[in-house]
Amino acid sequence: MRNGNGTAAHRPDFAAIAGWIRLQSSVLDLGCGDGSLLKYLTETRRITGYGVEIDDASVLACVKNGVRVVQSDLERGLSGFEDGSFDYVVLSQTLQAMKNSEIIIREMLRVGREGIVTFPNFGYWKNRLEVLRGRMPVSENLPFEWFNTPNVRLCTVADFERFCAERGIRIVERKVLTRGQPVTVMPNLLGALAVYHFGNGVKRS
Amino acid sequence: MNKAPANDSVGIVTPQRARFTEPLGFKCGAVIDEYELAYETYGTLNADRSNAVLVCHALNASHHVAGWYAEDPRNVGWWDNMIGPGKPVDTNRFYVIGVNNIGGCHGSTGPCSVNPKTGKPWGGSFPVVTVEDWVAAQARLAERLGIERFAAVMGGSLGAMQALQWTISYPEKLRHSIVIACAPNLSAQNIAFNEVARQAILTDPDFHGGDYYDHGVKPHRGLRVARMVGHITYLSDDEMAVKFGRQLKNGKLSYSFETEFQIESYLRYQADKFAEYFDANTYLRITKALDYFDPAFEHGGSLTRALAGVRSAFLVVSFTTDWRFSPERSREIVKALLDNRARVSYAEIDAPHGHDAFLLDDERYHRLIAAYFDRIAAEAVR
Repeated sequence: MRNGNGTAAHRPDFAAIAGWIRLQSSVLDLGCGDGSLLKYLTETRRITGYGVEIDDASVLACVKNGVRVVQSDLERGLSGFEDGSFDYVVLSQTLQAMKNSEIIIREMLRVGREGIVTFPNFGYWKNRLEVLRGRMPVSENLPFEWFNTPNVRLCTVADFERFCAERGIRIVERKVLTRGQPVTVMPNLLGALAVYHFGNGVKRS
Repeated sequence: MNKAPANDSVGIVTPQRARFTEPLGFKCGAVIDEYELAYETYGTLNADRSNAVLVCHALNASHHVAGWYAEDPRNVGWWDNMIGPGKPVDTNRFYVIGVNNIGGCHGSTGPCSVNPKTGKPWGGSFPVVTVEDWVAAQARLAERLGIERFAAVMGGSLGAMQALQWTISYPEKLRHSIVIACAPNLSAQNIAFNEVARQAILTDPDFHGGDYYDHGVKPHRGLRVARMVGHITYLSDDEMAVKFGRQLKNGKLSYSFETEFQIESYLRYQADKFAEYFDANTYLRITKALDYFDPAFEHGGSLTRALAGVRSAFLVVSFTTDWRFSPERSREIVKALLDNRARVSYAEIDAPHGHDAFLLDDERYHRLIAAYFDRIAAEAVR
């Protein structure tokens, strides 16, 4: 279910995510594709990880890659996982393809102590330009045409931050990337890919 | 069972027997002093004895898992599409063992065997067996064959329950458990179907309290009905609709109790075939073993606690149209394993064939098992 170049061994958001993951922690990767991220985190952070995937070919790829995977539909929530049973729950480039976006974010914070989400920033200037030109954007981070895209919930950096603020979700850290490079100035305009580390409100971890 | 032998099969196989004279205690409290287990092996045990795979059978199957018999080439092993050279469980790499469970009727000591103390068949006096008892007997066979640790123990349905029980009874003696179309225990509905099957046998006038061998008869009628009930639960409603629908055997209704619909004809045929080769006492005991299986029972109903001591890795597989042991039941097992941070992967195969899917050719299913066994083969063994 993961979009874009989900089968690439290293995607730009992988290093950003790995930077936030404590050594030897436990990670649940939602929409894990072929298990590349978990494999990467196992090698770099020595994590104990599991992936969740709905797609048969991806489940098979995980098994081939020696990545533990549970075949399940994320739209049905994470009922197979106990409260607080993972240090991190990751949703990498999958949020925009889910119908129940709000439910999955809540589920991430029920099952995990912290959540990490990455998504293409629809506010990126190239996307805005395409829309101004009267076309739906097609780019490296949004590689689909309007008629075949799995993306049904596109949002911007500003949208996601408001979403979190309204729900008492505490943003621990944010990284916005363009072609793998960090963007610090006007991220909602200049950033192509957003990577957020968040937790439940009030107490700091 | 009537498929033509394929050339990628293990080919001609010969069943073997192992005799044990160390008493075996059953969970019900009974003890038998000596017994035999019928088994078959395929492939070659490697030098460090790390490539052994135990295949556990389900309700009506046996140790004849793959290949065929020289004197009966049509008698092809029940999982021949899974096990053989170049198959998902590749006998060029793995040493595969099939064993007929104790209490069975295919060569291992069971109700139709002679009790050496009386000189007569055990019949109704043969102990009521459990999955734990079977696994204990299998462990003795493993010891006899010089296998300290299996690369994998695998099975479907009731066979999967044994693969799961292995991880509880002997956590150090297997590296992987392949649990296919399983449930952590039977639902009330499952037990109800089993009870109908048992009542059919127990109330057959030819049953004679299980000692029908002495009377020169068999409770055929009861066993036939039992098989019919069981068979219905192995298929999905859709599969039956596609295969039979409301087709008539003779093209028109006869307003009688003869076989009119194709499904009736099919069930009667399956029932007749089964009653010929299967033993009613064994059938009774196997359905009880299914009913009793419940690892969580001794842990206050917590499957998580029941599986706290597992050491092996797991592959759990279910089939979407299996209503006998539905995917939800497999997910209970997966959740309990996840709660224990066990190494588990779970796949839900979208197949139309109901519970029987685990026995059938399905590309996605077989590719998955093949990929998993590739990983097992590639593992460095301590």
